[in-house]
Amino acid sequence: MERIIYTGGKPEKEIFEVFSETMEELFREDSSVAYIDADLMASMRTKDLWEKYPKNVFNTGIQEANMVGVAGGMNLAGLKPYIHSFAPFAVRRCFDQIYVTAGYAHKSVRIIGSEPGICATDNGGTHMTFEDMALIRTIPEACVIDVSDAKMFRQLLKKTKERKGVTYFRTPRRGLLDIYPSETVFEVGKGKLLREGNDVTIISSGIMVSTALQAAKALHEMGLEVNVVDPVTVKPLDTELIEMLARRTKAIVTVENHSIIGGLGSAVAEILSESYPVPIERVGVKDQFGQVGNEEFLREQYSLTIEEIIERVKKLLNGKNTGR
Amino acid sequence: MSIKEIELFANDIRRNLVWAIGSKGGGHIGGCLSICDLIAVLYGEVMNYDPNTPNWQERDYLVCSKGHAAPALYAALALKGFFPMEWLKELNRAGTNLPGHSDRKVPGIDATTGSLGQGLSIACGIAHGLKVQGKNQYVFCITGDGENDEGQIWEAAAYASHYHLENLIMFLDWNKKQIDGWNKEVMQLGDLAEKYRAFGWNSSVINGQDIAEIRQSIHKAVDIRNGHPTMILLDTVKGAGISCIEKIENNHCIGVPDSLVKESLEELEAIRMQLKIRYGES
Repeated sequence: MERIIYTGGKPEKEIFEVFSETMEELFREDSSVAYIDADLMASMRTKDLWEKYPKNVFNTGIQEANMVGVAGGMNLAGLKPYIHSFAPFAVRRCFDQIYVTAGYAHKSVRIIGSEPGICATDNGGTHMTFEDMALIRTIPEACVIDVSDAKMFRQLLKKTKERKGVTYFRTPRRGLLDIYPSETVFEVGKGKLLREGNDVTIISSGIMVSTALQAAKALHEMGLEVNVVDPVTVKPLDTELIEMLARRTKAIVTVENHSIIGGLGSAVAEILSESYPVPIERVGVKDQFGQVGNEEFLREQYSLTIEEIIERVKKLLNGKNTGR
Repeated sequence: MSIKEIELFANDIRRNLVWAIGSKGGGHIGGCLSICDLIAVLYGEVMNYDPNTPNWQERDYLVCSKGHAAPALYAALALKGFFPMEWLKELNRAGTNLPGHSDRKVPGIDATTGSLGQGLSIACGIAHGLKVQGKNQYVFCITGDGENDEGQIWEAAAYASHYHLENLIMFLDWNKKQIDGWNKEVMQLGDLAEKYRAFGWNSSVINGQDIAEIRQSIHKAVDIRNGHPTMILLDTVKGAGISCIEKIENNHCIGVPDSLVKESLEELEAIRMQLKIRYGES
């Protein structure tokens, strides 16, 4: 089990600060690293980098499709591109370009989609991605990282520098609470067991990991002990860890800031249905579009709450007790 | 290569192209034939490449953004020794080494294309990547006229101009037809040469079936280096070089039975003989 430092307190650093710092470190370590944005440097607070590293940082203007193609071409010419836009524009708008130019052509391209799901808040339904993980998951050999912690983001940005194919990070720009201590080592395909218990296993990614931890704490106070897992990468999924915990608790709750169609819940259900079927409750957005609102309002609207997780855990335990 | 040698090379490309597409029973022959003269100039004289090391770091790059014209490239690549000629008869068959659309896995093919509009962006990325690394190679890109309907083409056109990608030379195969008919009926794009000029490109219109003119315009584009990317609009004929295919109205993707292969090869052989006579050979 991982040691965690989650306290619910303010994070040491916001994600946009971590992104800038990490990209700068990458430029210094490796002159072939490139960062391309589509007119959202002001939002990601990277305009300083743009001025400081003219051979590494490029702006395509509002051209997401072209940005993906340029990244593929730059990789062919020997550069290691990282591209950023808001999640809907980084994925939904240019999915064919990602699939063909980056995925099928085996280019090494890292995509950072910021403000996924309800993190889009006041930008509303047009900007709210409940489908981005579903889309990228279907691309062969792609990697999907639902960022739950700044240290995870920093480390995996670096570790995926040479990774072939599409690597997709979905992350808020700010407000992500610290979960992991600085010495934590993250690997693609390796999940983290953050809390242990024998009643139910909660598998939660991205901004919902801290919510799952809060739910686990509340359940503990009710006398119930749950596993909490952060898969780190929704694809490839740590099937070994998930199967082991499915065998141990015989019941799973998945929790995600994404549609229950095609995301983390689907991924877990897919593997367990073939290897070790157990009852699964999926907490997430149910076949719905996004809308305007602050995070608290949206969490209520889409049932992404501590209370919902607790209710689903109890539902599964009820099923176990009644033999259903 | 001399003009004569390039013309004979273009004839060879067409013969192998027809043979390959005929082996499969059909394919995108119209838009392949319209660029054969360009391909002959590029691989015959202009581009730096090494068939024994297709990914040679110092090579010039070619992105065939109109990916369905890949068989024309494959014919040239086979003739230049990038892979065995026998591969051509497996064109676009199950398990093939040569998919019908340009595929990076083929030795000598730089970019995977086929979903139209994406190749010019890839070419921009290569050209920009080379530029920031201080490398001097050129990036050539072939787009279709119908392909220029795609919005992404115009994103890339703006990008190339903004970043002064003078190492990017793009060809627009103006054969005037696309799948559903004539360009002017499907989507009227107006004066494309003027549009690219308005985007900040060097822009010219040439006879795209005239090897001497293609050759001259490319050398001019290579030499100019005035801070602008270059677009050469090739006035071409869909199916060019084989009259029985030229005269088929909808010749974008057609069945090519043995009888058509035979007729085409006979015509190409006659053209070859005429070339030899013109250049004083028996």
